[in-house]
Amino acid sequence: MTQADAPQKRPTHALRAENVTLNYGGRDIVANLSVEIPDGKVTVIVGANACGKSTLLRGLSRLLRPASGRVMLDGRDIHSVPSKEIARVVGILPQSPIAPEGITVRDLVARGRYPHQGWFQQWSAADEAAVEHALEATDTAQLASRRIEELSGGQRQRVWIAMALSQDPDILLLDEPTTFLDVRHQLDALDVLARLNRERRTTVVMVLHELNLAARYADHMVLMAGGRIIAEGEPSEVVTAERMREAFGLESRIIADPVSGSPMVIPEGRV
Amino acid sequence: MTRTRRISGVLILVAVALALVSIAVGAYTLTLPDLLVTLFGGGTSADQFIVFKLRLPRVLLAILVAVAFGLAGALFQSLLRNALASPDIIGISGGASVAAVLSLLVFGATGLIVSLSALVGALLVAFTIYLLSWRSGMNGMRFVLVGVGIAFMAQSVIGYLITRGDVRDAQQALVWMVGGLGGASWDDILIMAVSLAILLPAVFMLASQLRMLQLGDDLAAGLGVSVQRSRLALIVVAVALVAIATALVGPLAFVAFVSAPIARRMVRGGGLALVPSALVAIVLVLGADFVAQHLLTAGTQVPTGIVTGIVGAPYLLWLISTTNREGRAS
Amino acid sequence: MTQIAPNSRATLSLRAQRWVTVSVAISLLLVVLVLSLALGARGVEFSQIWQALFDPEAGNNDQLVIRELRLPRTIVGLLAGLSLGVAGAVMQGVTRNPLADPGLLGVNAGASLAVVFAISVLSITNPTGYIWFAFAGAAAAASVVYAIGSLGREGATPVKLVLAGTAVTAGITSVISLVLISDTDTLNTFRFWSVGSLASRDLEAVRLTIGFVIAGALLAIISGRMLNLVALGDDLARGLGQRVYVARAVAAGAVVLLCGSATALAGPIVFVGLVVPHIVRPFTGPDYRWIIAVSAIVGPSLLLIADIVGRLIVAPSELEAGLVVAIIGAPVMIALVRRVKLAGL
Repeated sequence: MTQADAPQKRPTHALRAENVTLNYGGRDIVANLSVEIPDGKVTVIVGANACGKSTLLRGLSRLLRPASGRVMLDGRDIHSVPSKEIARVVGILPQSPIAPEGITVRDLVARGRYPHQGWFQQWSAADEAAVEHALEATDTAQLASRRIEELSGGQRQRVWIAMALSQDPDILLLDEPTTFLDVRHQLDALDVLARLNRERRTTVVMVLHELNLAARYADHMVLMAGGRIIAEGEPSEVVTAERMREAFGLESRIIADPVSGSPMVIPEGRV
Repeated sequence: MTRTRRISGVLILVAVALALVSIAVGAYTLTLPDLLVTLFGGGTSADQFIVFKLRLPRVLLAILVAVAFGLAGALFQSLLRNALASPDIIGISGGASVAAVLSLLVFGATGLIVSLSALVGALLVAFTIYLLSWRSGMNGMRFVLVGVGIAFMAQSVIGYLITRGDVRDAQQALVWMVGGLGGASWDDILIMAVSLAILLPAVFMLASQLRMLQLGDDLAAGLGVSVQRSRLALIVVAVALVAIATALVGPLAFVAFVSAPIARRMVRGGGLALVPSALVAIVLVLGADFVAQHLLTAGTQVPTGIVTGIVGAPYLLWLISTTNREGRAS
Repeated sequence: MTQIAPNSRATLSLRAQRWVTVSVAISLLLVVLVLSLALGARGVEFSQIWQALFDPEAGNNDQLVIRELRLPRTIVGLLAGLSLGVAGAVMQGVTRNPLADPGLLGVNAGASLAVVFAISVLSITNPTGYIWFAFAGAAAAASVVYAIGSLGREGATPVKLVLAGTAVTAGITSVISLVLISDTDTLNTFRFWSVGSLASRDLEAVRLTIGFVIAGALLAIISGRMLNLVALGDDLARGLGQRVYVARAVAAGAVVLLCGSATALAGPIVFVGLVVPHIVRPFTGPDYRWIIAVSAIVGPSLLLIADIVGRLIVAPSELEAGLVVAIIGAPVMIALVRRVKLAGL
């Protein structure tokens, strides 16, 4: 049994946005928004297209600097902390990552170790172990020497998640990690993340498109519309017919998912 | 990893062989034993003269500038994520040329002054491109395009200068612009060696950041790279490499453009292939120089830049026929 | 750069805008034409122009200047400007690249090589004598570039065309340098042609090339509609029934004919093809039929203005039009690049 198998006790962190305004090209996408990410839980941000969910995630991950307000990690403004230091705690998987041509799975996953390497210390046993564990956790170990271009969409996405895992962050932010995946692979990817959260207490924050999957996997949901948060809390509190109407203009009926018990949205038509 | 090492090993062998042949062969050809003896201190004084005053400097300078061009090309292309991005295309060589031609034709300068002007010209242009392409952040394509615009302008200015001067001056300017290793001196070698001594460590320190930048700005930022600062540092280093090498030997066509793609194809694996790029450049320049000196026209020497230009074209054509729809290599 | 194919029933304001644009462009061109005849190192009165053209008075030196020097120059500028402007528009359409210049297809390099050959081997020194060579060289180079770019599975995709053009241009340039370095006389003659000038061409040159210009312009007009579809991307274009290979071939044919003519007439001139479509596009919208048509009017204006400026700015000597265009063209291009929102490249 390797060291990586034993669930590690992660330090707790507080990630919060305080009154942030985020804009693109002069337009405010998110205005005066505050949110606190519960530590050690799976948080899913949902909402209609262009509601600002990706923008919020980018703001939380320091990819986007707030026009006003602050994003705080453990009481410190994330833009004032050296980038590598944050990268050891917070990992990001953006929507369209670029894979250099010809790179193998193992090499790509290994790149995730960058924040843990200094100027002179290169590859260590801990790095090796982290990569191995990441490959195993995402069930991509047998693909390790294949080139990225040869993989299917589902396999590729698992490799990206493996890379994020090898970074070994305490908080993992993912922007639509399941888009373009078929149902089976969507579940695979989300299961990996759920397991990560369960076994290592990694805080997971993701933007998801599919409401029902979100409700199934989330401990905490954040529903956005028009750049504001209109509901926040447990899935059963957030996924209600009233909220669906408000956020999506959707008439729906909410039933309990027969498999998982989480709230499931059955659309009845448009408002 | 091992593939890289193997390819590098082969390239080093080829380079050493080429170097030895270049030093040995000429109007007066040394045999291999004589050559080795001379290199290690012995041999006749005639042999010593030929080796140390004529041929060895040329070969050494060729190796050093090749490293500079090859690395600069690799850095630019990875940084700007564009196979078309090369210092020759984006006007930096153009800037160096304009400055050099100006100093040659208008001020009648020679030698070191021309080189210095070239250096200043290259740096000015690079700086201008950077300023002009900065628009709340660095965009690789914009950098390239602004560079192309400046390259056009440089071409025209050079064209103008060439029509104005005496035709012999014009020819001299043309010779400089083509790029060549003739007249290599130990001073040149010293300058290049010192520059490399400063810049090479910088390159290798920045290489890991560049590797992360390959994954896209977002992911790189997520992994802890300060994207803007790293880019700036890498561009400064790459420009410095090109500027100094160009100042010393003129813009050797295609070396920067072609070395990295060839190296990456040989090595595969999606890494930066910095060392292989440098090695490929060395092989390219040594080979071209040998051809330029001995094989083209009986008796007359041809500037090395012409050979690299002619050789680069078929490579590109091969690249094209193996490029698929999205512009990625198959 | 994605452009949406315009609704065939364009909004009223856009249609009005287009016609206004055309009127303004034509008026500008007429003014420029007159100025081109009137302005120069030797000042002439406007009244002389009409007379010089239609009722020449023997022995009147002003009228002589107009007829013998400025008229040919103006016509050359008109044809070359038209060719370059249209070729640029077509080039940008077929490569889907807002920064494509007809020179990318290697036409300038090919023409230069042929002219160098004419000078060094055949000792031709009169620019009119170069015409066929320049044309043939341009056509040959462009054909080679197009053929090479078509190798491989996808045919002549934009990326491959640009790479092929760069390769061929660089290879040719090296050969040219080789010749020029060793042959001083050739360099001496060549360097004046290579700058790109409207001067010292006679109407004979025009007579030789006008057929090609017209043919090229016709092909360009035909390609206009095809380019609107190609702009959507190869897959979508095919889905809408446009055969992409045909579109590319027609476009390439137009570019070769037009650029060959322009280079034959005026030497290698850069930037006009690059810049004119961009000047035109904000006023005409993304419909290539309109872009091509208005580029045909604006191109000559640009080139002739550059020529006039070149004549005036260092009078009594001259700056060649090719130089002036490049010097004003580069900042324009840079300004363009700064303004255009470049999709994450």
